[in-house]
Amino acid sequence: MGKRVLIYGGIAALLAVSPLFLNAYWTDVLNSIGLYAALGLSLNLIVGHAGLFNLGHAAFYAVGAYTAAILNTKYHIPILALMPLCGLTAGLFAMIIARPIIHLRGDYLCIVTIGVGEIVRIALINNVFGITGGANGIFGIARPNVFGWIIRRPQDFFYLIWAFVALTAFLFHRLENSRFGRALNYLREDETAAEGSGIDTAHYKLMAFVIGAAWAGMVGNIYAAKMTIIAPESFSFWESVVMFTLIILGGSGSIPGVLLGAFLIVGLPEVFRGFTNARMMVFGAAMIAMMIFRTGGILPARPRRYALPAKAAAEESA
Amino acid sequence: MEEFFQQLTNGLAVGGIYALIALGYTMVYGVLKLINFAHGDLFTIGSYLGLTLLTSLALTDRLGPGAGILLLALMVMGLVALVGALLERVAYRPLRHSPRLSAVVSALGASIFFSNTLMLIYGARFQVYPQNILPKTAIDLFGLYIPLVRVLILCTSIVMMVGLYTFIQKTKIGTAIRAAAIDQDAARLMGIDVNRVILMVFLIGPALGGAAGLMVGLHYGQINFTMGWVYGLKAFTAAILGGIGNIPGAMVGGILLGVIEALGAAYLSIAWKDAIAFGVLIFILIVRPTGLLGERVAEKV
Repeated sequence: MGKRVLIYGGIAALLAVSPLFLNAYWTDVLNSIGLYAALGLSLNLIVGHAGLFNLGHAAFYAVGAYTAAILNTKYHIPILALMPLCGLTAGLFAMIIARPIIHLRGDYLCIVTIGVGEIVRIALINNVFGITGGANGIFGIARPNVFGWIIRRPQDFFYLIWAFVALTAFLFHRLENSRFGRALNYLREDETAAEGSGIDTAHYKLMAFVIGAAWAGMVGNIYAAKMTIIAPESFSFWESVVMFTLIILGGSGSIPGVLLGAFLIVGLPEVFRGFTNARMMVFGAAMIAMMIFRTGGILPARPRRYALPAKAAAEESA
Repeated sequence: MEEFFQQLTNGLAVGGIYALIALGYTMVYGVLKLINFAHGDLFTIGSYLGLTLLTSLALTDRLGPGAGILLLALMVMGLVALVGALLERVAYRPLRHSPRLSAVVSALGASIFFSNTLMLIYGARFQVYPQNILPKTAIDLFGLYIPLVRVLILCTSIVMMVGLYTFIQKTKIGTAIRAAAIDQDAARLMGIDVNRVILMVFLIGPALGGAAGLMVGLHYGQINFTMGWVYGLKAFTAAILGGIGNIPGAMVGGILLGVIEALGAAYLSIAWKDAIAFGVLIFILIVRPTGLLGERVAEKV
């Protein structure tokens, strides 16, 4: 236990000081990893904990990013102040989409979410409602301004993004160890038994979907702030696949696993330059191998442990 | 009216292609209850193999267009069937007794693996089929000029589908496939080698998908490594539309979807063409998940 805290603490500390000795390029790579880590953590609630296969997560990410971009460029609202609203629009969108389809069996849900993701992308390209800017997207998004400090350099974004990742990891850690998280795991393992124990499975599934989507919408806000320009191609099916793959490889339902997955999938191709083209091929093969030999991922979720109150008390007195 | 019939015949030809791919989804689903996500990529492999064999062997120059393309189609179907069998052996068989979703992840992995392998071999750019293979004639049908390719595609796919249907209904292996689809354990107790049945399904489905890939190459002239998943998704929509696990359903669904899409693109909006198919998919799954003629897919919640 103590050893694990020490290792994770050491990695976090190393990460926190890394912009001091990394150049702008590598800091930017860490920023991408951070964005995918936050997206992965949000998708992990849906895929890892509730066991709902969502391959259209990029759609919710897009809704958040576009909400931020449109309101920022049209009404000049500071972009970070829009973050709760981005979460709200993405969450509402997810609720409207998911309500009628959430009862579909796993693989069908997967197909439908792919369809939803594609419809959203096509709608963005076709300049739906005349506000999404078509295939060119939206540009000229203002830099975020935190109490007079304008976030511009990759080093500045590094702290914004990773602070958000840390907050995400903390909140999702609390969530997965709550009554809510236990209910999700129960219905993932055995839906009938969960239903029999009085868990409103449809409600919990829907909530997991909406919370995960809302969080992706907030990440979309940060993405829009970082890029200052967004286009439909940034929210393609492959983005959803990358998010999904990093969870499966890292360890679904496990926060350290998802973070490791983000480092592997986004970071490795940067380290091995020749690897960039081959990366998806390798990850595809790794997904098959992982399912056959190590279903839980590289860092699988640790089983829940509970000490019996009486035993714990006895141990204390002994 | 002229345009309507042009779009209708175009829709029928594309629908024939969807139906051929849909058969692969539906057969695998019928026996294994697994959505073979990699099926769309087997289709793409078919069209790339077709291109390579077409340009390297020059069969159409040596044997003439008719016999050349027939031989080419047989080679492509055989090779894609082998890839399909290999896929089953490597990615699906070890997971047959695992939870369903593990197999789904494995299928997704296989799909990513195939499409990116094609990209590494052939490059990310569109590949172009030689344009002088099929004669560019049009058939005069009651004053309506329909390109010969469309008619050939529709006829070929109908012949293949009827052939498959007869095979499944009349032969001993076909009966075994149907038995395994209804109840694997009972089929095994009756002396059916279920592994062989599954292998058979993974030979036939990909072979048909490969043929469809070749047709797309010959019809549109352009192929890309990512096209598999768009066609795959649409063919899957077709399978759901007709009722998944149901062979006539896949045929009906494929042709219906092709026609809906062609007419929708012509009369509603061409820019939303792909969205129409996905809209149909979502609509069907919400309103009638059993499809037009098929099994129940929604979980009771």
